[in-house]
Amino acid sequence: MLRLDQETYDAIVAHARRDHPDEACGVVAGPAGSDTPTRFVPMVNAAGSPTFYEFDSTELLQLYKEMDDRDEEPVVIYHSHTATEAYPSRTDINLAQEPGAHYVLVSTREGGNNEGPVEFRSYRIVDGEVTEEEVVVVDNFEHSEPADRSTP
Amino acid sequence: MAIEVRIPTILRTYTGGEKSVTAQGDSLAKLIEDLEANHPGIRERLIDGEDLRRFVNIYVNDEDVRFLGGLEATLSDGDQVVILPAVAGG
Repeated sequence: MLRLDQETYDAIVAHARRDHPDEACGVVAGPAGSDTPTRFVPMVNAAGSPTFYEFDSTELLQLYKEMDDRDEEPVVIYHSHTATEAYPSRTDINLAQEPGAHYVLVSTREGGNNEGPVEFRSYRIVDGEVTEEEVVVVDNFEHSEPADRSTP
Repeated sequence: MAIEVRIPTILRTYTGGEKSVTAQGDSLAKLIEDLEANHPGIRERLIDGEDLRRFVNIYVNDEDVRFLGGLEATLSDGDQVVILPAVAGG
């Protein structure tokens, strides 16, 4: 199960809509071992593509050094699909190299840049095996009652 | 010669869980051979045929080795090497 707060959920969706029709990508870092995504870090898609995403290699290094200094890890790695469903592609599965992360997929195929329905789903991807998990959105982590939007 | 090599989570199975190991070599190619000698299996995760894998990034003193000659990149005592898997997909 992935638990994240409403503000982070909204920030991921807003990023996906803004970058549509290109894929948007980023991470939500959190304290190591906490499984709690607290720090939203949108990244530039160096591929600038509607069908591929990749963090710029220099920015990737900066991000990991920063997380290391803060004793954080990438709790969530997110990206968008802009023409297909929010399910990991063959490429996503082959290139997934953070076995501890929640891989979040957002699809903007319906609403594009605009308000409207988005698919927001989360997966574990370990050794080529994909396991979907529940997404629970909470108001914030201090008051961890589920908000009214939760996705099965 | 001692060079610190930072190991990403996904490759720590080869280093007994260590986040960082020391290795030797005056080029990246030699450093990887030394890593392989002490942590068998790791070479194949870094190199595909004769080249570095496309979706693994290696940095020497914060510079991507693709800009330093790849496997030919020269190393000196005290350099820091960081290995990071690319974050990418389709």
